[in-house]
Amino acid sequence: MPGSRARPPGVRRWWSFALVAPLLLFLLASFVAPVLMMLSRAVIDRDLERVWPDSAAALRQWDGAGLPPDALAATVSREIGAAARAGTLNQVANRLNYDMVGSRSLLYATARQLAAGRPGSTVSELARIDPRWGQRGIWAAMRHADGPFTRHYLLAALDRRLSADDRIVPVPAEQAVFANIYLRTFKISAIVALLCVALGYPVACLLASLPERKANPLLILVLLPFWTSALVRTAAWAVLLQTDGVVNKALQTIGLIDAPLQLIYNRLGVYIVMTHVLLPFFVLPLYGVMKGIPPTAMRAASSLGAPPVRAFLTVYLPQTLPGVAAGAIIVFTLALGYYVTPALVGGGADQMISASIAFYTNQSLNWGMAAALSLLLLLPLMLMVFAGRTMVRTVPA
Amino acid sequence: MSACRSRSERAGRAALIGFSILVFAFLVLPILAIIPLSLNPTTFLVFPESDFSLRWYRTLAESPQWTRAFGNSLKIAVATTLIATPLGTLAAIGLAHMRSPAKTAIVALITAPLVVPVVVVAIAFYFLFAPLGLVNGSLGLIVAHTALAVPFVVIVVHAALGGLDTELLRAAASLGAPPLVILLRILVPLIAPGVAAGAVFAFMTSFDETTVALFIAGPEQRTLPIQMFEGVREQISPAIAAAATLLIVASTLLLGAAELLRRRGDRRHRGSAPPDVGA
Repeated sequence: MPGSRARPPGVRRWWSFALVAPLLLFLLASFVAPVLMMLSRAVIDRDLERVWPDSAAALRQWDGAGLPPDALAATVSREIGAAARAGTLNQVANRLNYDMVGSRSLLYATARQLAAGRPGSTVSELARIDPRWGQRGIWAAMRHADGPFTRHYLLAALDRRLSADDRIVPVPAEQAVFANIYLRTFKISAIVALLCVALGYPVACLLASLPERKANPLLILVLLPFWTSALVRTAAWAVLLQTDGVVNKALQTIGLIDAPLQLIYNRLGVYIVMTHVLLPFFVLPLYGVMKGIPPTAMRAASSLGAPPVRAFLTVYLPQTLPGVAAGAIIVFTLALGYYVTPALVGGGADQMISASIAFYTNQSLNWGMAAALSLLLLLPLMLMVFAGRTMVRTVPA
Repeated sequence: MSACRSRSERAGRAALIGFSILVFAFLVLPILAIIPLSLNPTTFLVFPESDFSLRWYRTLAESPQWTRAFGNSLKIAVATTLIATPLGTLAAIGLAHMRSPAKTAIVALITAPLVVPVVVVAIAFYFLFAPLGLVNGSLGLIVAHTALAVPFVVIVVHAALGGLDTELLRAAASLGAPPLVILLRILVPLIAPGVAAGAVFAFMTSFDETTVALFIAGPEQRTLPIQMFEGVREQISPAIAAAATLLIVASTLLLGAAELLRRRGDRRHRGSAPPDVGA
């Protein structure tokens, strides 16, 4: 079969898949599945259903208008008692508290009263235990949590919530924090990307214009920080930028400043260190693009009498723009998810969305919230990466 | 050509060089400045004035926390390298010979760990392992680090394969060598420099990894980056400068060697001139 000679023999088609298969299986099990399972927590809501199966089923039957039927109240009241005895009431109480502050104490107080023998098998009997049972709020909160899916976490990540009558309303101003943090995350990432463009473009330009013999030693100056881990470089900056650190001492010695500047644990520190950490990610790909641009076009432009600035702007710059865009997107997307650097050199007002994700994961233990915030970080990031890939593909070969 | 350069062009060139020198200084000086700071004999983070001292290196060597953290990092990074290198090398060989429309999707999947923010990967593992009681074990860390490191192996080995002379494989096949023999006796030795470079990248990815470790490592698995992170967060002492210096030296040596291997591999197969000719 003559056609098969085009492929290297020995490595037949099924072989190529067989060679990739172990890695694919590994990544599906160890990366894709955990990430998807984590993200699914943003919309899956089984805390109430797990502890109160009958109430969850009854809540789903209820049309949600006005106050619930007494049969539903009786089921809830029975399962409050059962969960309190089994020690699982906590899970429902936490979940309902996300939706309505005060639900937690309401459930525990009611559980105590029921255990003491107070009747609670109708809405009005429950309302005699606590008047909040006679209002829609707690019932709506339970209905929002009846599972198996919820909009609660995603809405909360957008500073929105479902009201008692199922409309999407803004959360109270003092709880509306996430829009701000997302904006801050995007702003910091964009400014870092712009700083990388401003600092990196001339450097890549110079490197590309030099013969390789001269460019290679200079390239090491870009590779050295690229090779050193972000944590180590952040640590180095944290040492240098201290109030009594080397940078402040030097500025004072040469008389530029009288008193030490606050260079760290604020936004300035975040910008300095993140730009330092990410600059090689911009310079190296742009250098590759610029190396591929033939110098003949520039030469032709100047031999036809174009002044250097004009030749640069009309001939060279447009050819480098896809490389600039690709490099800036790499920096921007990496910056969006940064955790370690802002945590070490930023102040409280400089923390990015990753810090909120970490907070809900291991301090507040609200995993649905952590998952929703992650999902809202991943979506714009995936769009950017897709845009970046499309742009790189349009680079003239 | 240089004769007809205008004055403004020369001024522009000088400005470009001057600006670039400043940027190079910004890139390199902070890393280099940490080295003399670590050699200072006092408890202050200042440049040593007259005498240098290895006091802070001794502090590191004698501290059980730092030595145990080093041991943990080494153990986890070696395990990661041993898993990621063969997995990534085989996949790179497979990808290089794949002519399927599925290839784009496979490449996107393999490089996804580079795109997804590490904090998302970290909490995904945390959610997975916490209910199983596997948080606080090295196994989780090794698996997570392998997922993060394996794209580098695939990329580097794939690049090495790009420069490969496929005639050699064809020759072996025409002489009757079975596929497995071709793979192990011809292909793997030819791309060995690329594989070694990939292994170094895998090792350093794990050795330097901070975020996942912060989430899923317990007190028994404290790695060097965790030790360093908490040192910077709580009390910056010259010991941090000493640890940073050691890590800078280690990563420069290892990744510098990997870069050389990678280039040597590229050059040999492309048949271009060795670097000293014509210099």
